[in-house]
Amino acid sequence: MSGLRLDHGGRMDRRRPVSFSFDGATYQGFAGDTLASALLANGVMLFGRSFKYHRPRGLLGAGSEEPNALVSVSRGPGRHTPNLRATGVEVYDGLVATSQHRWPSLKTDLGAINDRLGMFFPAGFYNKTFMWPRSFWDKLYEPVIRRMAGLGEAPSEEDPDHYAATYAHCDLLIVGAGPAGIDAALEASGTAKRVILIDEQDEAGGGALADPALWPWLQESLKDLAAAPNITVLRRTTAFGYYHDNFIGAVERLTDHLAQIGDGAREKLWRIRAGEVILAQGAIERPLVFAGNDVPGVMLASAARTYLHRYGVAVGKSVALVAAHDSGWQDVFALARAGVIVAAIIEVRDRVAAALLAEAEVLGIPVKLGHSVIDVHGRLAVKGITIARNDHSGAARITCDALLMAGGWTPCVHLWSHSKGSLAWDDALGAYVPDQPNEKVRCVGACSGKWNFGSGLVIDALPTPRDQHRIKAFVDFQNDVTAKDITLAVREGFKSIEHIKRYTTTGMATDQGKTSNLNGLQIASQALGRHVTEVGLTTFRPPYTPQTFGALAGHAKDDLFQPTRKTAIDGWAEEHGAVFELVAQWRRARYFPQAGEDMLAAVNRECRAVRSAVGIFDASTLGKIEVVGPDAAEFLNRMYTNPWKALEPGRCRYGLLLKEDGFITDDGVSARLAPDRFHLTTTTGGAARVLNTMEDYLQTEWPDLDVWLTSTTEQWAVIALQGPLARKLLEPLVAGIDLAGDAFPHMAIREGTVCGVPARLFRVSFTGELGFEINVPAAYGRALWERLMTDGAACGITPYGTEAMHVLRAEKGFIIVGQDTDGTVTPNDAGLDWAVGKKKPDFVGRRSLSRPDIVAPGRKQLVGLLTDDPAVVLEEGAQIVADPAQSIPMKMIGHVTSAYWSETLGRSIALALVAGGHARLGETLYLPMPGQVVRAKVSGMVFFDPAGARLNV
Amino acid sequence: MTRFSAFSLFAKALGGHQGWPEQWPDASPKPAYDAIIVGAGGHGLGAAYYLAKKYGITNVAVIEKGWLGGGNTGRNTTIIRSNYLYDESAHLYDHALKLWDGLSQELNYNTMYSKRGVMMLAHNVHDIQSFKRHIHANRLNGVDNEWLTAEQAKDYCPPLNISPDARYPVLGAALQRRGGTARHDTVAWGYARAAAALGVDIIQNCAVTGIRRGADGAVLGVETERGFIASRRIGVSAAGHSSVIMQMAGLDFPLESYPLQALVSEPVKPVFPCVVMSNTVHAYMSQSDKGELVIGAGTDQYVSYSQRGALHIIEHTLAAICEIFPIFRRMRMLRSWGGIVDVTPDRSPILGKTPVPGLYINCGWGTGGFKATPGAADLLAYTMAKDEPHPINAPYNLDRFRTGRLIDEAAAAAVAH
Amino acid sequence: MLLIHCPYCDQQRAEIEFAYAGEAHIARPLDPAAMSDEDWARYLFIRSNPRGRHHERWRHIHGCGRFFNAVRDTATDKFEATYQAGKPRR
Repeated sequence: MSGLRLDHGGRMDRRRPVSFSFDGATYQGFAGDTLASALLANGVMLFGRSFKYHRPRGLLGAGSEEPNALVSVSRGPGRHTPNLRATGVEVYDGLVATSQHRWPSLKTDLGAINDRLGMFFPAGFYNKTFMWPRSFWDKLYEPVIRRMAGLGEAPSEEDPDHYAATYAHCDLLIVGAGPAGIDAALEASGTAKRVILIDEQDEAGGGALADPALWPWLQESLKDLAAAPNITVLRRTTAFGYYHDNFIGAVERLTDHLAQIGDGAREKLWRIRAGEVILAQGAIERPLVFAGNDVPGVMLASAARTYLHRYGVAVGKSVALVAAHDSGWQDVFALARAGVIVAAIIEVRDRVAAALLAEAEVLGIPVKLGHSVIDVHGRLAVKGITIARNDHSGAARITCDALLMAGGWTPCVHLWSHSKGSLAWDDALGAYVPDQPNEKVRCVGACSGKWNFGSGLVIDALPTPRDQHRIKAFVDFQNDVTAKDITLAVREGFKSIEHIKRYTTTGMATDQGKTSNLNGLQIASQALGRHVTEVGLTTFRPPYTPQTFGALAGHAKDDLFQPTRKTAIDGWAEEHGAVFELVAQWRRARYFPQAGEDMLAAVNRECRAVRSAVGIFDASTLGKIEVVGPDAAEFLNRMYTNPWKALEPGRCRYGLLLKEDGFITDDGVSARLAPDRFHLTTTTGGAARVLNTMEDYLQTEWPDLDVWLTSTTEQWAVIALQGPLARKLLEPLVAGIDLAGDAFPHMAIREGTVCGVPARLFRVSFTGELGFEINVPAAYGRALWERLMTDGAACGITPYGTEAMHVLRAEKGFIIVGQDTDGTVTPNDAGLDWAVGKKKPDFVGRRSLSRPDIVAPGRKQLVGLLTDDPAVVLEEGAQIVADPAQSIPMKMIGHVTSAYWSETLGRSIALALVAGGHARLGETLYLPMPGQVVRAKVSGMVFFDPAGARLNV
Repeated sequence: MTRFSAFSLFAKALGGHQGWPEQWPDASPKPAYDAIIVGAGGHGLGAAYYLAKKYGITNVAVIEKGWLGGGNTGRNTTIIRSNYLYDESAHLYDHALKLWDGLSQELNYNTMYSKRGVMMLAHNVHDIQSFKRHIHANRLNGVDNEWLTAEQAKDYCPPLNISPDARYPVLGAALQRRGGTARHDTVAWGYARAAAALGVDIIQNCAVTGIRRGADGAVLGVETERGFIASRRIGVSAAGHSSVIMQMAGLDFPLESYPLQALVSEPVKPVFPCVVMSNTVHAYMSQSDKGELVIGAGTDQYVSYSQRGALHIIEHTLAAICEIFPIFRRMRMLRSWGGIVDVTPDRSPILGKTPVPGLYINCGWGTGGFKATPGAADLLAYTMAKDEPHPINAPYNLDRFRTGRLIDEAAAAAVAH
Repeated sequence: MLLIHCPYCDQQRAEIEFAYAGEAHIARPLDPAAMSDEDWARYLFIRSNPRGRHHERWRHIHGCGRFFNAVRDTATDKFEATYQAGKPRR
């Protein structure tokens, strides 16, 4: 075929030809063409293959309702996009598109064997077979089914594009820039309202783009809108979902239509909150259901008019119309006036308006009233049709190369339904129309069910003399659902449309049933002998059209996915080769390997330094809360298990927090700075949770308490100096604090200056060594760290990371909440009864500690565990049994929570939660590991310096 | 019941498929039944099936407010696994997993249970500790679950990004090979068809409006939109609506109902071979046999029955998916939807007797009920038939909230279901 | 994304500024030690979870930081009212 482009008409720019390829062949089109219109202009009718039967398919529509013409577009590494509707792909110079779901080629697709065997693949066939022999499912049936399914190929490389996102607020959001939407915008143009007008196409105008008579109006209107300062018009932007309280999600496509994409964002997510919404989404024409209605060249009549007027393309040289609605007549009249031969109008109705008949006569179009199409000839393109009277008599063949269908109109109520607006059935339209709104929203134009397309007959499937059970009359084109599939579903007892949808998959293809839902419903209604409203309506689900993952993810990518929290000293650690670990949103230096060291060697060296000289550790990530007010001590007394009222200013205390269910949730050392001021610390991961919980109790349970809580986590940099030489190193740098052991004992706090910087100095230890934690304003953290490194060089100062910290604390039996406890551990379980104020009448979680199963014997309790072979380091998470000889399933009595090589002790150590553990001291237990059983003895939890002699110096 | 087979499909095809009977009749309520199940999801229909099949109680009605299988059964992401930490959970979910294997043959309905493996990603040291604890416990419980290095994980699932520079790098993974997926609707349909064949009445579009109790407190039956239906044995398996039903019997429950969203992409050719879950990054994904990427999101934060969620939850989920699988950034979301999940304080179900004689409950499955379907159904049937819980579901009683014997998988491991 | 009125800021703001905080008007018992296990469990765990009017708490966590109460219909997600903590149940 030489091509169907007319020599005049259309809105593309004929001065800007573009060259593009489809399945390797090069074609010419114009800027302003879609891939669909440009290929059609080149005489291409075959665009794709259907999902199940691999039937050849052409264009059904011209817009986002298109179910058939899906293509892949590739533009360099990582820029492969499958399943794009050719009707929405704008051509540009160099566009490379390919068809999909066919092998070896679009014209010769071996998958089409499914079409020949189609009788064996009715709806739900896979439910009924592939069960024997049983083992074949995993090895054969499912892999074959999976390979047969799917449409295009997924991308195989990372997408180099980036995506943007924004929030927008407006008084009025109008969705759809067709005549109704533009009118609504113009109405608001003189007002103070902030207005956003959104349209999914490259050009505003909607249905007006296919009606040259409206073009002068359109041009004027768009000029007025552009001049209105309160109106923003977004093109290539799809409002895809309508969420609570007038929140609308939309995606704007920024670069896919450009030959040179530059480095801007590919798409942009608009999150719009609107005071009021006007939906002007138009209506979608319905196909008719008859045998062969899917042959390439059979399409919607309105689409043919769009191709004619908007793109200057005739969909055929000799076209026929099968209509149940007046609008199709007007469409072919337009074609006839443009010089296209209209071979016949086959009208299902027995009578139509006299004006239509008169016009047809003027244009010389043969009309067949009371007729239906009963077959379509041609495989890869329409070659002709057979028609018959609705009483099945008078079969006749008509030659044509395209067949247009006019089955009436379906208002686009998708967003309305997302918003939970109700729908009412309109018998005359044969469609659901908007009824009661659930938000501040209204529908205008065709999507409200009001249009000037004329009237029609609502029909489920065209009458045919052929056996309904043997023909393929398609309802859902992409998923290959036929009328007989729906009647089969009904026959098998699927009676609600939700069941029918799921059983047949009608409406579940990538077009989400835009052209098929109502036909499916009508057919089901007929088969069930129930009114449509009793059959129901499937739920409309976002998005309106498929939307890119990348656009929905927006900026949240790589470093912006979730920002990494870093301390003031993080940069120093990075420069000095630290290996990091992620802890909650923070990253922390795990160890500082020197040349040739693995983790164990580095950690051993770091531990030796702390025990023999001095180590330096960045503890800044610990959560910090400033608690201030006359009732501060009373408040903490209620929150923590410990008593706080008697704590003297200048002293610290280990504090334990429970949830109301009695289980440990957080801990930390806290200091009393003054009678009405505390400096709390929390775990790294628990900081926000603890503060929120404290605020909750303070604001809602005890609003009478005069207390203020402030997060100070990021205000302080915290440097821990730990080791026998810590005091010697620190002393010269401190002013205003006497560091002598009796003046500044363990578990005390003093305020003064360090290197001239105001500091809160804690004398605390998580290592068992003499230790200080220096809190200085975060901005000074790195400078102080570097000064300590310089001054400490002589005494062997060694930076250590979280791994050495874990080993050192485990040697002392200090627990880590979240590792040695897990949300099911009580203070007694953890051996922390000493931290529970026995005399306090109440604190958060106290009541739960006396529940029957909390006081029952046999609870898992934290103990030490020493392997018989000191060289064996247990695996954290390893399970413990009393009897290793038992068979599986074994009775497990606990697990290892922490396990390390202790360089200090020259052997492995471990902590474990063991049932009745406190009573098992000295008992040998077993850890069945793959290939071996490890023996270990239950011990106390303090492995090193149990008397604490090294602390109190 | 017409048996399904390749042969029957062939034979019926020759007749234009006009010979297929209804898979289950749309029953009208009788005045009384030996047992009533409220809720025709997979759990409820399955319980009816097992009551009839294993315990000979065939005079059973399943009463459903809407259409069978229209709740969470038909709205979930179909993940099946049993690698839970605690003995109670491992036994419960593995009981279900064993029933999944062979369910298609038992029901003569292809439920498409696909043992493609469920892989859970470890992104930090805490994850590793937690997963190893699971793996060791599972091994000693006879439940398969194995540790994979990052490279092994990528071999198993090629689209995985294991770059150490990722915001949350993959440090390894726990893999349960017997885990996988099934086709959700067919589970409900298969149980419905098999139960109906044994005499069970499936009564749809019949909302329960009340539970009638006698002077002794025991149940007498249910009030419905279609009148009173008597039964001395009532099992409630109503997922997100469990609180509402239990309140009809005067019982307040430790449950809250949250919106849970899920989504699918457009179908593509096979690209994703297994199920991958990441609790740290908060997303999970598989590819359906149809070719759609099936993606789960977290719950919205507030109690709701609206079956509607917020866009920002979807945004977070897809950001997480693109972070772990950057090759999918150009894929497109085709459909998203919401369900209602009923969540207990310890995130474990309640399955057993209630304080009301004759009233049994199966609820609180949260986001993880689909995988338990055959197991929960079997155990609910046992409990209703014997008026006492099976040892597997005995720990899942209501009393644990009083005594403190919680089964808190989430607290124990920060592992979502 | 819900639109929520903060009764302290007296502004309608987007849901992402707020944190849901569970059912409202469940006061912590004044003397937990005197309670039975049943009553304590009821306080801890039993929630009304209605389909319909729900009294619930929110915190304007990325705003004023205050906890407040709300009445919302859980079937439609529409707020009926929000009010300051400590004010009588609506």
